[in-house]
Amino acid sequence: MVEAIAGRDYRGLMSSVDRADPPRPGLPPTPAGTPRPGRATRATLHLLAGLPLSIIDSTTVVGVPVAVWYWPVWRLIYGHAGYGPLSDWPITPILLVLAAGLTLLVLPARIRAATRRQRRRFRHLLAVELPPPPPIAAGPPIDRLVQEWTAPTTWRQFLYHAVAPLPAAMTAVAVPVCWLLAPPVAPRTAGALADADAAAAGALLGTSPAEALARQMAEVAHSRAEVIAATDAERRRIERDLHDGAQQRLVSLAMKLGLARVTLTDIPEPARRTLDEAHDELKAALAELRTFVRGLHPPILDDRGLDAALSAVTANSPVPVRLRVRVADRCAPAVEAVAYFVVCEALTNAAKHARASRAEVDVERTGDRLRVVVSDDGCGGARLDGASPVGAAGTGLRGLAQRAAAVDGTLSIVSPTGGPTRITVELPCGW
Amino acid sequence: MRVVIAEDSVLLREGLVQLLNTFEIAVVAAVADADSLLVATAEHQPDLVIVDVRMPPTYTDEGIRAALAIRQRRPRTRIVVLSQYVEERYAVDLLSTWSSGIGYLLKDRVADVADFVAALRRVAANGTALDPEVVTQLLQRRANPIDRLTGRELDVIQLMAEGRSNTAIATALRISPSAVEKHINGIFTKLELPPTDTDHRRVLAVLRYLHGR
Repeated sequence: MVEAIAGRDYRGLMSSVDRADPPRPGLPPTPAGTPRPGRATRATLHLLAGLPLSIIDSTTVVGVPVAVWYWPVWRLIYGHAGYGPLSDWPITPILLVLAAGLTLLVLPARIRAATRRQRRRFRHLLAVELPPPPPIAAGPPIDRLVQEWTAPTTWRQFLYHAVAPLPAAMTAVAVPVCWLLAPPVAPRTAGALADADAAAAGALLGTSPAEALARQMAEVAHSRAEVIAATDAERRRIERDLHDGAQQRLVSLAMKLGLARVTLTDIPEPARRTLDEAHDELKAALAELRTFVRGLHPPILDDRGLDAALSAVTANSPVPVRLRVRVADRCAPAVEAVAYFVVCEALTNAAKHARASRAEVDVERTGDRLRVVVSDDGCGGARLDGASPVGAAGTGLRGLAQRAAAVDGTLSIVSPTGGPTRITVELPCGW
Repeated sequence: MRVVIAEDSVLLREGLVQLLNTFEIAVVAAVADADSLLVATAEHQPDLVIVDVRMPPTYTDEGIRAALAIRQRRPRTRIVVLSQYVEERYAVDLLSTWSSGIGYLLKDRVADVADFVAALRRVAANGTALDPEVVTQLLQRRANPIDRLTGRELDVIQLMAEGRSNTAIATALRISPSAVEKHINGIFTKLELPPTDTDHRRVLAVLRYLHGR
């Protein structure tokens, strides 16, 4: 059927209203057998249904509270039975407290219930799915109540329900009159009014652009956090797999070759030379694999923390390094990993590209900030943009800046041509 | 010599058993985790325990902790710890408790079977066997005293830290034994270790290098 109404986009409604109705020849009828009503009809029904519904909604969110407050406020102002305010102590204060409590506890829920009814009207009669209002975060009931009362969405919804009866009454009269007096323009009118209603409802009952943006930001931050966590977990897994698999197998193989080298003493010279070479190459391969696997994710970082892991890094650095680590309490694993790899990369750059003769690594935790400073006395010129005169140094640093940013940290480089270079990373510890 | 092996990789465990058998060293038990190691050690009272650092269940430092536990229960047990990576912190853990009858070697060293078996025998004879990489790492962290040593003296103390005798050091560096003694005396002087009857200066010198931060 041509009744493929754009379910999610109410803005498209008006333009499609007048070309909706006749079934296209050749297409099979709907399985139900009865054609669904055309858009103009639906818009009209929607607008007509809007009147009773908006009266119910405004009664529950405005009328009931007014009724609840009316009696105690009246007594407070004018007194009871001619005796002046508070003459009937403590009846009036009790009534006021009851009214306040009832409003406080019940009003947000009534507003949301009214919004759900309106959303059903839009969904079933107009086939428009309004964007959902921002969700209330889970938490203790008190927190949820505070959130409901302070969230702008609550008061936008309240505004819609409070004001709706007036336009609803006007359209509920205007549209039938239009069908009676000027049928040719009636579909267009009904469509336009329904569109206006949908636009107002979308703005007031749904999510505001700022809220949508905030929610998107939260989702992006969350998924970025997940990506980082998954990457770290993957590196650990690969390290573990290589450790349990290839490394043990190769060590075992090297041991067997070593045994052969010792025990097979009477083999021909060429064979013995080949055996020796194979053994030496295997040992070299093992050493390379060891360096690579440890670089993936050093197990000691999880086991003993930054100080222990960095000790080994600085000790193995070709440039002499003075290491100072002042971290009393461990940081989150992802943060430790970023700090660790920043130091590794910076020291590699210092040795490879900056040709430094000395380097210093300073790691300090102050409160919930971890600060890592790596400085060297090399030729400088390191850049984050990859266009650095020292070649590939830039790409590694850019990757580190991204990693730091992923845990809401910052990386800055001071590296004038001629040196010295100073790389500073600041990270939140509890990320 | 009676040996207990703890290594979670079946391949390597079998290989080590085969290797030690070839060198006529009796392996009385070969187990796959730290708990079984403690049981096997109590049961067999071995002369030497060879233990992998990383074993089930957490795959972190089970081997180090097992070594410390074994030495606490039976102080005369000699222990060689095998590690996939050289971690100075683990070596310090082991050495700060004892300075003899202990070994800490990279797993890769088993490839050089003769050296490996020699290291085992050295530890079994209450010596020490420190991986050259551990020694390098530890030496690099030292502050002032090291800076005063000459290159030759550094070579000598590195070999001393690995547990070698004067003769072995002389052979390794291709110098005469008297030259080795001269270097060692230089080391003692620079490290301010005067001769006494109560202390073993050689051990103190190595320890001062390894722990003296």
